[in-house]
Amino acid sequence: MQLFKKTSLDFMGARYKAVIFSATLILIALGSLATRGLTLGIDFTGGTLVEVGFSQPVDLVKVRNTLNAGGFKDVVVQHFGTSKDVLVRLAPREDMKSSVLSNRAFAAMQKVDPQAQLRRVEFVGPQVGDELTEDGGLAVLYALIGILIYVGLRFEYRFAIGSVIALIHDVIITLGVFSLFQVEFDLTVLAAILAVIGYSLNDTIVVFDRVRENFRKIRKGEPLEIINIAINQTLSRTLMTSLTTLLVLIALFVFGGEIIHGFALSLIVGIVIGTYSSIYVASTAAVMMGISKEDLMSVKKEGEGADTLP
Amino acid sequence: MNQYPMWKNLLVVMVVLLGALYALPNIYSQDPSMEISGTRRAKVDSSTLKRVEQTLKKADVAYKKVTLHKGKLLIRFKDSEQQLKAKELLAQRLGDDFNQALTLSPDLPDWLRGIGAEPMYLGLDLRGGIHVLIDVDMDAAVQQAMDRYSGDIRSLLRKHKLRYLRVSREGNQVMVKFKDAAKRDQAEDLIGSEFRTLVVEPLERADGYYVKATLNPAERHSVEKFALQQNITTLRNRVNALGVSEPLIQQQGERRIVVQLPGAQDPAKLKEILGATATLEYRLVDTEHSVEDAVNGRVPPGSKLYHERNGQPVLLKKQVIVTGNQITDASSGFDQRSGQPAVFVSLDGVGAKRMRHITTANVGKPMAVVFIENRTTTRKVGGKPVKHKVKVEEVISIANILEPFGRRFQTTGLDSPEEAHDLALLLRAGALAAPIEIIEERTIGPSLGQDNIDQGFESVVIGMALVVIFMALYYRIFGLVADAALLMNLILIVAILSLLQATLTLPGIAGIVLTVGMAVDANVLIFERIREEIANGSSPQASIQAGYEKAFSTIMDANITTLIAAVVLFSFGTGPIKGFAVTLAVGILTSMFTAIVGTRAVINWLYGRKRVTSLAI
Repeated sequence: MQLFKKTSLDFMGARYKAVIFSATLILIALGSLATRGLTLGIDFTGGTLVEVGFSQPVDLVKVRNTLNAGGFKDVVVQHFGTSKDVLVRLAPREDMKSSVLSNRAFAAMQKVDPQAQLRRVEFVGPQVGDELTEDGGLAVLYALIGILIYVGLRFEYRFAIGSVIALIHDVIITLGVFSLFQVEFDLTVLAAILAVIGYSLNDTIVVFDRVRENFRKIRKGEPLEIINIAINQTLSRTLMTSLTTLLVLIALFVFGGEIIHGFALSLIVGIVIGTYSSIYVASTAAVMMGISKEDLMSVKKEGEGADTLP
Repeated sequence: MNQYPMWKNLLVVMVVLLGALYALPNIYSQDPSMEISGTRRAKVDSSTLKRVEQTLKKADVAYKKVTLHKGKLLIRFKDSEQQLKAKELLAQRLGDDFNQALTLSPDLPDWLRGIGAEPMYLGLDLRGGIHVLIDVDMDAAVQQAMDRYSGDIRSLLRKHKLRYLRVSREGNQVMVKFKDAAKRDQAEDLIGSEFRTLVVEPLERADGYYVKATLNPAERHSVEKFALQQNITTLRNRVNALGVSEPLIQQQGERRIVVQLPGAQDPAKLKEILGATATLEYRLVDTEHSVEDAVNGRVPPGSKLYHERNGQPVLLKKQVIVTGNQITDASSGFDQRSGQPAVFVSLDGVGAKRMRHITTANVGKPMAVVFIENRTTTRKVGGKPVKHKVKVEEVISIANILEPFGRRFQTTGLDSPEEAHDLALLLRAGALAAPIEIIEERTIGPSLGQDNIDQGFESVVIGMALVVIFMALYYRIFGLVADAALLMNLILIVAILSLLQATLTLPGIAGIVLTVGMAVDANVLIFERIREEIANGSSPQASIQAGYEKAFSTIMDANITTLIAAVVLFSFGTGPIKGFAVTLAVGILTSMFTAIVGTRAVINWLYGRKRVTSLAI
């Protein structure tokens, strides 16, 4: 079975439309981030989280009232996964050590149902929250820099810049989706975004690899044409890989449970956008910076590596 | 062409077999079990084993096996119900003399154990347990050191008959006040030459001439390091006494300690014990001055006002007889006469001497026991984290000294047997050298842990199934070969994780799922290339060759970038995220191996050196 016979779609011809489309998405994403912001998890904001599993479906109002009566005024209560599971967010309190806070809150909830089970507790102190935010931001930065250097060495600086632009485009739009739908953004989601950065680059490199090969092989032709051919040649592979990865991610999203939900969503969005950006954004950026055959040939002459032509 | 040399084929077979072997332990079920180890008071030997067996048999608790190995007893149970029953029973029977820890042991056959095969190490989010990050109050440690120096400086000045007005500690420094500059300068030289570890400076304030002493950087560093090490030791003692197996207690950074307690049954209790700074102080009661005067504000010098647990005020002498630091051992029990919960205390040499001295001189007079606890919390005030310290001091018992005593004695006045037990534990484990604060906590209950495993497992299975079916449909025979490689990949990942004993977490399982999807990528690259070569007119054999060759550098490039991401994740991430980075990296490496070498071996075996007209791809 083969879905894609030899295609010769004029991808590059539609590049201006693609730029407009991408720009629109980015504007929407930035707009949402600026106005609605991200729902940050306690990993970044600090705070206490208690997840309790009740033996029966439980009414949130009842839980909230019981907690209020127990002296916990500032609480956010929501269901988590099923109507039997309740997630409670607590604000720090002056008269109680944070580590004791969760114990007392759970004891209060046991009044609603003595059979309630403590599923998990997460407490992040303010200084740790700050550190995780900083570390997270730095990690994304280092990853992008590392990739910039690597692609610059392997290919050519215009490609490197092109690929980093594509990655930043992917990250912003993914963040935008999380902001638009107010999905919680915690450490695992950030980890997923880093994985997307690494993965999305896969596609981009495969395309660039083919572009470089074609530049060398095809004697005459405008850069645009050559890039077009390269994209068409790799189209089948790009879409197939994305498809198989999406298949497993959907399995993860549906069956993996509530905790891994944000993580799976981040990967799914990232890969969908990443595939699109590998086809359009990276190459368009390179083209707009004026990539040509000579750029690739001269880089090679400076003794690049394994695959050299005489 | 398309024929692998024999050694390469053997290599593939070897890797497959070894992989299967080391992945095998993960199939075996884990038994709820209990580990019993000895303490200073008692050793574990065959008589202990008999005692345990008798106790369990008499109470009809079903157990699978009891083994004695390297000074530890391991009892395996059929299920966790029996395990918990046994825990109660043996806690009563064996008491404080032995350490008991609940754990899960895999039911491996001996031959597997012999080659060093073990199941994967499950992270806390899969096994259940507690992870806490503890911050050590280094300032307090320095201040305690400066308190000691205050006393030493006072003695030094007195010895040299150098009159000073006042020695006090302000923050991290000691200030010595003098009437005139001459004395001050003399003191400066004296203190500076006697205490090489201090930085001594003259200082002038509106109210007099001062000498300021602070720790020099090397000494400060050494004080902080010692405080951290001491705290780690104390925490380890506490954790061991609590019955947690395989605890992890490690330094993290300059001033933090990470504590991980897998499979912990009672998180609330553990947190309390970990952070508790409870200790005791023994002081004489001031019988000469009036308590009412003190309450109204006139506290006599040399005494301090305290309160009993019921709120009653009491006046105690400032001079401390012994503190928790002098307590070498403590156990809990009941007072012979009154039946009240009591703590039995043993003092060290210095403490014993002092106690004997004071009690001999004060027979018939009352002595008080003060219960002290430090609490630290951090809140955000105006956007910045601010520490808030509270010290609790309560008099828990006042008793008349009936006769002189020194080394061993008992203290009552505790609320319950449980409080006595906890206090004894804390006194035994030692005091924390510096106060601590829990700044991060992740606790997962065992039920959630099991859910996570189930859901993780389910996603892997379903994800794999989807991909397998798809590949078989789309690439036909080559697709089936890729599927076999996929399976191999999974087994190899499990084997490597088991060998490395790397921690498997829920994001880690997600990482495995992800690599299943991505592993296909390498195969897809190769197969699409082969299809292209065929479409260009090459012969089937040549197509296979060219396909593998040309795809190779692309595979390398593409996977390296994901590896970069995995390395970054590993270095910045903690716990669960590190787990994800590890499985991602391992998965990429194994998928490269299976795709390039593994599938090639199979394809070569199917098509190599044969006449082929068309490829089923």
